[in-house]
Amino acid sequence: MATRTPNQKAWWLVAPVVALVAFNAVLPLMAVVNYSVQETFGNNQFFFEGVKWFDEVLHSQRFRDALLRQLLFTAIVLAIELPLGVAIALAMPRKGLGLSLCLVLMAMPLLIPWNVVGAMWNIFALPDVGLLGRALNELGFDYNYTRQPVSAWFTLVAMDVWHWTSLVVLLAFAGLSAIPDAYYQAARIDGASRWAIFRHIELPKMKHVLTIAVLLRFMDSFMIYTEAVVLTGGGPGNATTLLSIDLVKIALGQFDLGPAAAMSLIYFLIILLLSWVYYTVMTRGATS
Amino acid sequence: MALIHLDRISHSYRAAPASDADWAVRDIDLEWSDGGAYALLGPSGCGKTTLLNLISGLLRPTRGSIRFDGRDVTMREPGERNIAQVFQFPVVYDTMTVYDNLAFPLRNRGMAAAQVKHRVEEIAAMLELTPTLHSRAAGLTADGKQKISLGRGLVRADVAAILFDEPLTVIDPHLKWQLRSKLKELHQRVGLTMIYVTHDQTEALTFADQVVVMLDGHVVQAGTPVELFERPRHTFVGHFIGSPGMNVLPCEVRDGAPRFGGIAIETAAPVRLPAASQRLEIGVRPEFVRFAKAGVPVQVERVTDSGRFRIVHTRHGEHPIKLLIADNASIPAERGFLAFDPRRTQVYADGWIVN
Amino acid sequence: MRSRAITWLVPTIYIVFLLLPIYWLLNMSFKNTNEILGSFTLWPQTFTTENYRKIFTDPTWYNGYRNSLTYVLINTVISITVALPAAYAFSRYRFLGDKHLFFWLLSNRMAPPAVFALPFFQLYSAIGLFDTHIAVALAHCLFNIPLAVWILEGFMSSVPKELDETAFVDGYSFPRFFVRVFMPTIAAGIGVAAFFCFMFSWVELLLAKTLTSVDAKPIAATMTRTASTSGYELGLLAAAGALTIVPGAIVIYFVRNYIAKGFALGRV
Repeated sequence: MATRTPNQKAWWLVAPVVALVAFNAVLPLMAVVNYSVQETFGNNQFFFEGVKWFDEVLHSQRFRDALLRQLLFTAIVLAIELPLGVAIALAMPRKGLGLSLCLVLMAMPLLIPWNVVGAMWNIFALPDVGLLGRALNELGFDYNYTRQPVSAWFTLVAMDVWHWTSLVVLLAFAGLSAIPDAYYQAARIDGASRWAIFRHIELPKMKHVLTIAVLLRFMDSFMIYTEAVVLTGGGPGNATTLLSIDLVKIALGQFDLGPAAAMSLIYFLIILLLSWVYYTVMTRGATS
Repeated sequence: MALIHLDRISHSYRAAPASDADWAVRDIDLEWSDGGAYALLGPSGCGKTTLLNLISGLLRPTRGSIRFDGRDVTMREPGERNIAQVFQFPVVYDTMTVYDNLAFPLRNRGMAAAQVKHRVEEIAAMLELTPTLHSRAAGLTADGKQKISLGRGLVRADVAAILFDEPLTVIDPHLKWQLRSKLKELHQRVGLTMIYVTHDQTEALTFADQVVVMLDGHVVQAGTPVELFERPRHTFVGHFIGSPGMNVLPCEVRDGAPRFGGIAIETAAPVRLPAASQRLEIGVRPEFVRFAKAGVPVQVERVTDSGRFRIVHTRHGEHPIKLLIADNASIPAERGFLAFDPRRTQVYADGWIVN
Repeated sequence: MRSRAITWLVPTIYIVFLLLPIYWLLNMSFKNTNEILGSFTLWPQTFTTENYRKIFTDPTWYNGYRNSLTYVLINTVISITVALPAAYAFSRYRFLGDKHLFFWLLSNRMAPPAVFALPFFQLYSAIGLFDTHIAVALAHCLFNIPLAVWILEGFMSSVPKELDETAFVDGYSFPRFFVRVFMPTIAAGIGVAAFFCFMFSWVELLLAKTLTSVDAKPIAATMTRTASTSGYELGLLAAAGALTIVPGAIVIYFVRNYIAKGFALGRV
C-alpha cells in the first residue's frame, strides 16, 4: 500500500464531494433536528418544545408496533438470506460457462428498479391471475395477500428473498473464490469430511465478506420502502407497515413535521447504533 | 512400509492432449524405496509439483499406474494413501488451536481421545511445538505454521511417506536453515520416506540421499548428489547442479576421440557415438579444469572471488570456459593453457551422455 | 471434488425461482386485457404487442423512461467526476480529519431515504429545483458519492505512488497527469464505480418520486399511478416493468466477463 504524505491542500480535492454530500445530508438533517424540537400550528410559527416529540414517538403504540414489525422482518429475512446465499455460493460452479451464466442470471434481480420489483410480485402473487397466487390457492392454501396478514407477510418475505439473496451469493462466492487450493488439498489429505471443510476452512475464510453481507442486508432491510409499499401498501390494514412506510405516511402523508422528524432521528440512530455494535463485535480482535 | 512405484506415469492437464507440450509429465518410471530421502529437482514448469500431486493422489494420472508396496493406489483418494503433504505456504486451520490442528487427521479417522492426546504430545515434543500447543494456530509465525503442517503428517501412525512441495518458500532466510536441519533430523529419527520438491539445488543436495532431476516433464537423471555432480547424464544436469555449472563446449569426434577447437581432448575411454547424433558437446566441471603447460589455449578475462575459492573466467575464441582455483594459486596474466581431467570429462550427444 | 450432480440442483432451482416472476411479467405483457381477466394461461394464447406499442407511442410513458435515464446519467457523471479527485486525496494524502471525513461519508449510506423524503422535498422546492432532473441527480449524490469514493479509493490505493512521482518528474501538471496517466490506469475501477452509481440511482425511487411531479417524472411514478389491480392496466403495467429490466440486462451482459474474472483474480 502506498504511504500517504501529509498535505492539507488535499482539502481542495475533497471540497466538491463534501459540498454535495453536506448539502444533501447536513441541511436536511438540520431541518429535521429543527422540526423535531419544535411545534407548529400550521401558520409557519414555530415554538420550541424540547423533547416533547421524542417522548411522544417513543411512547406511541404506533411507533412501537412499526418498530417491532421492522425488527421481525429484518430478523426473518436475515435468517433466510444469509444461509441460503452461502449454500448457493457453495454449490455454484467455480469456473467456465456455467459460472458466467450463473452470475449473469443471479445478478438480474439486483438491477431491477425497486418499484418494478414490487409491481412484479404484486402481479405474480395475485390470487386469481398471478402464477404464485393461483398455484398456492390451487394447492389448497387460502392465500390472498391483500386480505390476510399472514399471506402478506409471506409474500413480502418471499419478495425480499427473491430480490436480495443474490447479493449474499455474490459476496459469499467472492470470498470462497479467494481461498487457495492448498487448503482444500490439505483437507483431502487429512481425511476431512465435507462438513469439516466448511466449518474449518470455508466459513472462517469467508468471515470478512459475510460481515459485509450481514451489515448491508441489515441496513437495507431495515430501510426497506419502495418494494414493500408497491406490493402491499403497508397492509392489509397496517399488517406490513414497516418503519419507513410509517415514517413516510406521517411525514409526506400527514405532514406531521414534529413527530415525523423525531421519528426520523430515532430511526437513523437505531440503525447507526446497531450497525456500530455489530461492526465492533465482528472486527474485535481481528487485524485487517 | 512403503515402496512407491511409478509405472509409466504420464499426465496432461488438458482433456485431449495433442502435442508434446500438452503433457505435464511423460513416461515416468521411478521407484522409491522405504525410508529414503529424495529430492525432486528442476526449474519451474518441469513437472515436479505435478508428479508430487500424482503421488499423493491430488491428481489422477492420465496414463500409468502407481503402487504402494505392490498395491495399486492409482484410483485411491489422498486420504486413503498413507501419505502426508506439506505445501508451499503454511496450511493451518486458523480457528483451531495447535493441539486441535495436530489432532485433526486423527479425529477424522476416529481415533480415541486418549490415543490422540498421546500422539499429539509426542509429535509436538519432536517439533518443539509443546509451549504453543494450546494457542490458536493462526497466531504462529510462518515456520511455526509449517511445523504444524508437518506435524499433521507425522501424527498419523499409518503415514508411510511425507511429500514436501517447496516448503521453505515463505520462511525467513535465517530460519530456513533451522527448519531444514529439523527435517533432516526427523528423517533420521522417524525413518519415513520423504520426497522433497524444490528448484533450489542446495536444498536438494543437502537434504536428499537421492536426487531426481526433471526437465520438461521427463526425468533426466536420478542418483546420489555425488553421482549427479561427478557424472551428469545430461548437459542440463551439468548446468543446473554445481555453482558455477558445468562447462559445455561444442566438439567433434574423430576416431573415438573428441576434439575441441581442433585440439584433442583426452577422455577416460574411447567415445562410441550413437547413430544419428546432431549436436556433440564436451562437458567438464570448473572443478576439474586446471592451468597446464599445454592444452586448450585461452585468454584470461577476469577472476571473481567466491569465498572458498576463486573462479577464473577464460575464453577460447567465442566459448567461455570457467575454472576454479584455490585462493593462493597463481594465475597467468593474459594467456594460458587449460587441461581437463580425463576422468571427469564427458561427451554429450544431443544433450545426453555418451558411454 | 464437488462433482456430485446434486450440487447442480441447488443453483438451478434458485435460478428458476429467480426467473419465474420475470417470466410472469413478460407473459402478462404480451397478453391483452381480455385474456388476462378472462382466463388463466401459462403463456399468451393471443400474443399481442399492443402494450408495448402503447408505451412507445404515448409520451406520458416513454418520457418516464427518458426522465429516468436522464437523471441517472447526470447523477453518474456528477458522482464520478467529484469522487475522482476526492478518492485520490484519500488515497495519497493525509490531512486533518481525513479518517473522520471518510467515515462520515460512508455513514450516509446508512441513512434511511424515508428520513430524507420530507426534508428533500422542502429543500429542493426552496431552491426552485423541484421537478427537475438535476434535483433527483443531486439528491442521489447523497449515497452514490460516498459509494463512488469508497470504490475508487480502493482501486487507487493499489496503484503505486511511483507512477505519480514519475509523471511529475516528467513534467506533467497535476490535471494532465490525472487525466492522461492516472485515469487510464484505474479504468476498471471507474467502470465498477460508474456501474454501481448507475445501478443505485436507477433502482431508487422514493426520492425520485418525491422530488418530481410532471416534467421530470420517472417511469416509476407513471407506473405507480397505473398500478391499480383492476386488470385493465395490468398488461400495460407489465410491459412497462419489463422495459425497465432491459437496461439492467444490457449492463450485466456487457460486464459479465469482468464479474467472472474479478472472482478468479481473487485466487492465489
